[in-house]
Amino acid sequence: MELVLAIGIGIMTGSGVWLLLRPRTYQVIVGLSLLSYAVNLFIFGVGGLKKNAPPILPYSGVANPATMTDPVPQALVLTAIVIGFATTALFLVVMLASRGLTGTDHVDGREKSR
Amino acid sequence: MMMPWSAHLPIAPILLPLLAGALLVTLDERRRVAKSMISLGACVLLLMLSLQLLARVGAEDEAGKAITAVYALGNWPAPFGIVLVADRLSAMMVVLTSILGLASLVFSLARWYKAGPHFHTLFQFLLMGLNGAFLTGDLFNLFVFFEVMLAASYGLLLHGSGPVRVKAGLHYIAVNLGAALLFLIGVSLIYGITGTLNMADLAARIPELRHEYRIMLEAGAAVLGIAFLIKAGMWPLNFWLPPAYTAAAAPVSAVFAMMSKLGIYIILRLYLLVFGADAGESAGFGHYVLLYGGMATIAFGAVGVLASQALGRVAGYSVLVSSGTLLAAIGVSGQGVTAGALFYLVSSTLTISAFFMLIELVERGQDAGANVLAVTMEAYGDADEEDVEDEVGVLMPGTLAVLGICFALCGILLAGLPPLPGFLAKFAMLSSMFNPGGLGMATTIDASVWWLTGLLIFSGFAALIAMSRAGIRTFWASIEHTVPRVLVIEVAPVLCLLALTVALTVRAGPVMAYMEATARGLHAPTAYIESVLGLQRVERREALKP
Repeated sequence: MELVLAIGIGIMTGSGVWLLLRPRTYQVIVGLSLLSYAVNLFIFGVGGLKKNAPPILPYSGVANPATMTDPVPQALVLTAIVIGFATTALFLVVMLASRGLTGTDHVDGREKSR
Repeated sequence: MMMPWSAHLPIAPILLPLLAGALLVTLDERRRVAKSMISLGACVLLLMLSLQLLARVGAEDEAGKAITAVYALGNWPAPFGIVLVADRLSAMMVVLTSILGLASLVFSLARWYKAGPHFHTLFQFLLMGLNGAFLTGDLFNLFVFFEVMLAASYGLLLHGSGPVRVKAGLHYIAVNLGAALLFLIGVSLIYGITGTLNMADLAARIPELRHEYRIMLEAGAAVLGIAFLIKAGMWPLNFWLPPAYTAAAAPVSAVFAMMSKLGIYIILRLYLLVFGADAGESAGFGHYVLLYGGMATIAFGAVGVLASQALGRVAGYSVLVSSGTLLAAIGVSGQGVTAGALFYLVSSTLTISAFFMLIELVERGQDAGANVLAVTMEAYGDADEEDVEDEVGVLMPGTLAVLGICFALCGILLAGLPPLPGFLAKFAMLSSMFNPGGLGMATTIDASVWWLTGLLIFSGFAALIAMSRAGIRTFWASIEHTVPRVLVIEVAPVLCLLALTVALTVRAGPVMAYMEATARGLHAPTAYIESVLGLQRVERREALKP
């Protein structure tokens, strides 16, 4: 499971970085989204991978921390998703504004002169 | 037990702009006077509260130790809950933020706030994010405030719109979203290794960390550091900064000057807390990166200042020179150097902020391109931006003389000439670099210190050349002799900020004593760590118990 997760994060990060460095705004935003998925998975990963383990204490009785998963990374991921979603939406608006003002979807606002 | 009113002071600089901003959203855009008054009132109140906070943590308790005000959010004690921590450094930064906030808001009231919707709301949220980031004692909470600040800054950068701002904004947002992802990676690596997000707890745990885990911790810290260095503008991570700061509206760039200092603040705080002298094997990790990176930034900024034709770019590159100087000073890492650097931080931020606002006033009517544009717009009957009848307010008498004096003061401050604090701060840093053991002690001086000295003098010289060139062109050799229409409320903030720098010169003794006490606290963070981790829960009042 660790290997699959690591490879998955690696592929997403690689594709994300490549897309981020491309000249079209659409590629940039897809790249940023992929990167943020990779980062979110990575945050999950640092808490340690456990199958079928709850992150919160049971309502009654004494719980064994060894059978539970670390709740902090999950809380972090939740916050990161919300913030990432909001900033991506905002970025999309700026990209649309740029498209409208310059008439091109190049990140520099003009096509490369030949 | 009731908490006294003053115990809630650390959260006030965050809550006040939040409430003001939220209230402003609900008001209709057309109620300009009401919105301006609420925003202005919130800024004045914020300044008063932050001065209270400064007075509280600047004092000493009976034992002569520094006071660190710790505020447990949700009444959870330190490593488990999120805490706000106000010590001398954060209180100083909050005061500086409120001063700049008030000055830029007053400046914007003349005309700029009309250039787009929700200016006041975004402005208050920016102040909230900045204050929160300065006051928080938790790494992940820092991320949240950082993002609040960034989201507000995206909106403010685009305020007034136009192709130049949108293009600069596109690059700025892309770079900062990337930096935010690095921030998350760094924070989660540090959490994975140490199991804590609280800064004080982190500092307490690092000395006992096992050797084989250190490489991961240092990798995490390095990734986190990159995120802040992007914000602070270290070369080669700073190519986005001059265009973005130049493109933003004048009052917005004046506050953005503070935003770069946030990156510096976090590096200073975390570096001395986590990799300070007590950190065991990791002590001093990465200080060469800060030192040489800072030096490269000074060189890049100084060359940029020399190469700039437009005044706005001179200011943009001055931000880089200021950041570079501070980063290099943190890299040298001595108590006296830190004290000098803090003094430099305050004076250079005030200067650059005043300079950004001044440029807008000077270039109004002086810029040949703008003149042509204005004429064209008149000819076509489209005078949206230069709506002369709409400008109500008292015109400034003796405009050119006042602007000229302000410009000269900015030049002296940026170049670091005596007697203004730009000189005093550089002198304080250099004298501690050359006398690390105190005056009169013979020590060997590292070669990097000589290089840094040379670069500091070169950067001052470059600023002097650029400013005199621009000053001569603008005030003496101006062909058109157009006097810009300038209102009193636009000059007043610039004058106030510059008067503050003069006050810093006159009262340099007490200010420097404060900076030295701050630096002492930063270099020996035991008191900080103890007050955060030793905080007790507040018991509920009897009457509230069932």
